[in-house]
Amino acid sequence: MSDDLETLRRETLAALAAAGDRREWDAVRVGTLGRSGRLTGLLKELGRMSPDERKLRGGALNRLRDDLSRAIEERGAEIEAAILNARLASERVDVTLPARPEAQGAIHPISRTMEEMTAIFGAMGFKVAEGPDIETDWHNFSALNTPDHHPARTDQDTFYLPAEAGSPRERVLRTQTSGVQIRTMLGEAPPIRVIVPGRTYRADHDATHSPMFHQCEGLVIDRGITLAHLKGCLIDFLRAYFGQPSLPVRFRASYFPFTEPSMEVDIGWSRRTGEIGGGGDWLEVLGSGMVHPRVLANCGLDPREWQGFAFGMGIERLTMLRHGIPDLRSFYESDVRWLRHYGSSPLSPALLHEGL
Amino acid sequence: MKFTLSWLRDHLNTDATVDEICAKLNTIGLEVEGIEDPGARLAPFRTARIVEAVQHPNADRLRVCRVDAGPGFEEVQVVCGAPNARTGLPVIFAPPGSWIPGLDIVIKAGSIRGEASGGMLCSLRELGLGADHEGIAELPEGTATGQSYADFAGLNDPVVEIAVTPNRGDALAVRGIARDLAAAGLGHLRPWLAETVEGTFESPIVWANDFPEACPWVLGRTIRGVRNGPSPDWLQKRLRAIGLRPISALVDITNFFAFDLGRPLHVFDADRVTGGRLTLCRGAGERFRALDGRDVVVSPEDCVIADAAGVQSLAGIMGGEATGATDGTTSVFVECALFDPVRIALSGRRLGLHSDARHRFERGVDQALPVAALEAATRMIIELCGGEASEVVSAGEAPAWQREAHLRFARIAGLGGLDVPADDAVASLEALGFEVRARDEARVVVDVPPWRNDIAMKMVLDQAPDLPAERARMAAEGALAVDSECDLIEEVLRLRGLDSIPPVSLPPLSAVPRPALTPRQTRTATARRVLAARGLMETVAYSFAGQEACARFGAVPESLRLLNPIAADLDQMRPTPLVNLLAAVERNAARGYPDLGLFEVGAGFSDAGQSQIAAALRGGHAPRFPGRAAEPVDLWDVKADAMAVLAALGAPVEGISVTADAPGHYHPGRSGVLRQGPKIVLGVFGQLHPALLAGRGLDRPVVGFELFLDAVPEPKRRRRAAPELSPFQPVHRDFAFVVGRDVAAETVLRAARGAERTLISGVRLFDVYEGDKVPEGSRSLGVEVTLQPLTASLTDAEIDAVSAAVVAAVQKACGASLRGDG
Repeated sequence: MSDDLETLRRETLAALAAAGDRREWDAVRVGTLGRSGRLTGLLKELGRMSPDERKLRGGALNRLRDDLSRAIEERGAEIEAAILNARLASERVDVTLPARPEAQGAIHPISRTMEEMTAIFGAMGFKVAEGPDIETDWHNFSALNTPDHHPARTDQDTFYLPAEAGSPRERVLRTQTSGVQIRTMLGEAPPIRVIVPGRTYRADHDATHSPMFHQCEGLVIDRGITLAHLKGCLIDFLRAYFGQPSLPVRFRASYFPFTEPSMEVDIGWSRRTGEIGGGGDWLEVLGSGMVHPRVLANCGLDPREWQGFAFGMGIERLTMLRHGIPDLRSFYESDVRWLRHYGSSPLSPALLHEGL
Repeated sequence: MKFTLSWLRDHLNTDATVDEICAKLNTIGLEVEGIEDPGARLAPFRTARIVEAVQHPNADRLRVCRVDAGPGFEEVQVVCGAPNARTGLPVIFAPPGSWIPGLDIVIKAGSIRGEASGGMLCSLRELGLGADHEGIAELPEGTATGQSYADFAGLNDPVVEIAVTPNRGDALAVRGIARDLAAAGLGHLRPWLAETVEGTFESPIVWANDFPEACPWVLGRTIRGVRNGPSPDWLQKRLRAIGLRPISALVDITNFFAFDLGRPLHVFDADRVTGGRLTLCRGAGERFRALDGRDVVVSPEDCVIADAAGVQSLAGIMGGEATGATDGTTSVFVECALFDPVRIALSGRRLGLHSDARHRFERGVDQALPVAALEAATRMIIELCGGEASEVVSAGEAPAWQREAHLRFARIAGLGGLDVPADDAVASLEALGFEVRARDEARVVVDVPPWRNDIAMKMVLDQAPDLPAERARMAAEGALAVDSECDLIEEVLRLRGLDSIPPVSLPPLSAVPRPALTPRQTRTATARRVLAARGLMETVAYSFAGQEACARFGAVPESLRLLNPIAADLDQMRPTPLVNLLAAVERNAARGYPDLGLFEVGAGFSDAGQSQIAAALRGGHAPRFPGRAAEPVDLWDVKADAMAVLAALGAPVEGISVTADAPGHYHPGRSGVLRQGPKIVLGVFGQLHPALLAGRGLDRPVVGFELFLDAVPEPKRRRRAAPELSPFQPVHRDFAFVVGRDVAAETVLRAARGAERTLISGVRLFDVYEGDKVPEGSRSLGVEVTLQPLTASLTDAEIDAVSAAVVAAVQKACGASLRGDG
């Protein structure tokens, strides 16, 4: 190769190596391969040469052009990479900074339990029924076979409200959600399967009693529903709710004015540890019974044709047992620390197929 | 109801242990609330004798005793400091390892000053049995060694407490409990018969009955020549064991029968009764002093017992102080009556008087027992206090309590789910005291025993007033047909234990369950989830609050004020959950948590009724973060919350308009009402009125909203058309409208939106400017309009035409001009 070409190569490569940024690199590129670049100039000279000379010189020039083009490209890529690296380095942040804070909301455990009850009983064909918190004493007591003088009435410390003008009926804050049983039986024809989760009120306030609390009532009316179904239904519910397929469940004869036979239901637990399921002790969790024929008749159902069962359970009580919450009053105090601790995510609602 | 095991065994012949008895009581519906066994902690202590006591060689005040404590402890050396430890003395011995209740220590074998000591000789105080501490307990001469001390001293009688349900007046008697246990197979009921005490003279006090509705039948007799005083040890011990204070023999005897037979009695001091006649009559506003020392004013609804001097007793509930038996009583008149349970219950409740007598009468006592009970009481009074009895006097007559009940055997399985052979069922009923009147293959008719007032009770219905007559009649007839049968089925089942019924799962109503919630009900859950997902904490608070607190948030009508609140700050049904939420924000702020968002989905109450309200409050700041200052919450936060809930509930968000007339608990200039059409109010939102926060330690604004879920219309369930996904790019045009400051942004946006119906797909406010670059009294609103062509790309001419239409529409709607056109 002639010296001038070698010189061009050497100088171009040296200039490329020295080019530190895009502008310097571009200057080399234009100065070599541009319209008035050195290599372009040499190529132009080929036209004035004899064919033999041109052939010899042309070959060398083409090789040089290929080499330098490649070198320029490579250097360009290097410079781009360096620029990118520099940018990336300059954009570095402290990735250990905490995520941008977002307030975390939560669903109250009472709502959560109501949803779980709805999911479980819903799977057994129950619907949710509702009724007003302020009831007449007829709905809350009389229709439920609890006349005015009944000792059961004094056991329930009832809140009273002034009677409505022109009405003989006393108004009470419902002491139980059972009044909705009455409304349901009056409002729709059997077969009936409803649960009634809702607020209830009793004039009682201490460490284990709140003047307002929540109950979930249940009512099943059909032909041929027996106490065996009552037991099956409640055992099925309790085992699903506590997530223990063999949770011990015990039924004890008891008394409620609106059911007969009546029973209280206990589950196995440990008095010492509070653990549900084992331990050999029994803990009462709900009351139930076959709907009293007088209650059916008060609602216009003929007890010779229709029968069924009813039950009622304390929502706070079941929630406390399941989650080991020690204090009833904390449910209503709206302490954000407590709500955060016991609340549940709105994005995982109670779905049987995901597990409760 | 409490009783001791030995008392129960007076009526029940059984070998069952106290644990077996309690398990059975639980099964048959007499729930055991507690078992107290005073013998349990005395178990280690045994009777013993000091064979020889000598002076301790190394200590003046100690003695070294050789003790015989029976088998296993025939020859034990015990060092004892009691001055009365002497040779030959029968004593109480505690072997090593015993826990000493009075000292709360466990004793060990060891040596004291060089002498071995293998146990302890105890005082009664050390056993936790009294205060005397004059050395060790001295047992009677000749006490056999090696007995359990609890057995020896009769302290081994467990006390059982049961909860008696209101229907079981008969179980408020030890005998009734024994009868139930026997019927459940736990032994035999011992026979009980009252021997008649013949009267030897005419009673100087007689009955008159002017109030037979309250008291159908009353008996009595005088016993003269009695000596009242402390009752014997066995009786005192029994009463004390069940929590009663022994008073005197005469009073203790009446208490004994109240618990033994469930039969309340009353004794008058016959010498303090004036006029020789006791009259059952209505009260007439008299004041009398009851035995518990309280003054009671009786009304015509109360049944009283009066003599010539006035009211002496509130019949069936409590006697009077003036004629009560005292230590000086030498002549008594014993009252034994039947009272109407309903009147007793209502009187007792009205006057606030509780007594064991009321407790039994209002639950119903044995209707056939008065004669026998009076004889038994007479006998015991004469046995314990001496004296002689008069003839029995009475007024009224034994009421017709007899009732019958029937049972179709197939119904035990049909209602109770358990097959019980007919013979077994009948046997159970007979064991409970029912007597078979008639029986065939299919059914049995029985007489109800006089103590079971809960079986085959008089049919009382309170049917819904608006039932169709025929339906009501059929239902009532049906109830009458099966009522007593249900009573008997319950008896048969409870004696077997409900655990014997095999459980059966409910048959499914459909292969796949239908939704448990209606769409309306689902909305409550949806609202909850949306708000919690937006960072708010759900709370649940009382539906009532103080009237004053409620009044700050709405009307507090008298009709929603509790007549018997438990506290002054819990007396008014709240108009909105905001009442509680503000208190909660305040409490949390006081605890050091001022930055928070709380919500409740719950009831609000007004004269119009109860409504479901989703309410929330936000206070404080959003948290700081590098590059972001702590921004205080503002009403745009809660407007967004409210709109998000409405959107999730399917409310037509585009059609919601906002007016600036929120109720008074909001800042009048920073709150709005969310409306759908002119009539429906979906909710309100805004900053709380500063006056509400004054004095609450909240120095930053609190913002919130209330959504009236019942007002939100249910979304129409119609199939939605497929979306038009245009291939052509949308075009955005910005406008700056200068409008009067009072012109609502909503007016401008609505006008722009409506300027052209096919191309305009979105209108968005992006800027609000007030200042010196626009005329005084006006502001500039930056509005971005998006045009979405559907059939072809827009030409400049088309875009200009739509832009002109937008400007014209806004101009027409509110006199706006384009900024810069001025």
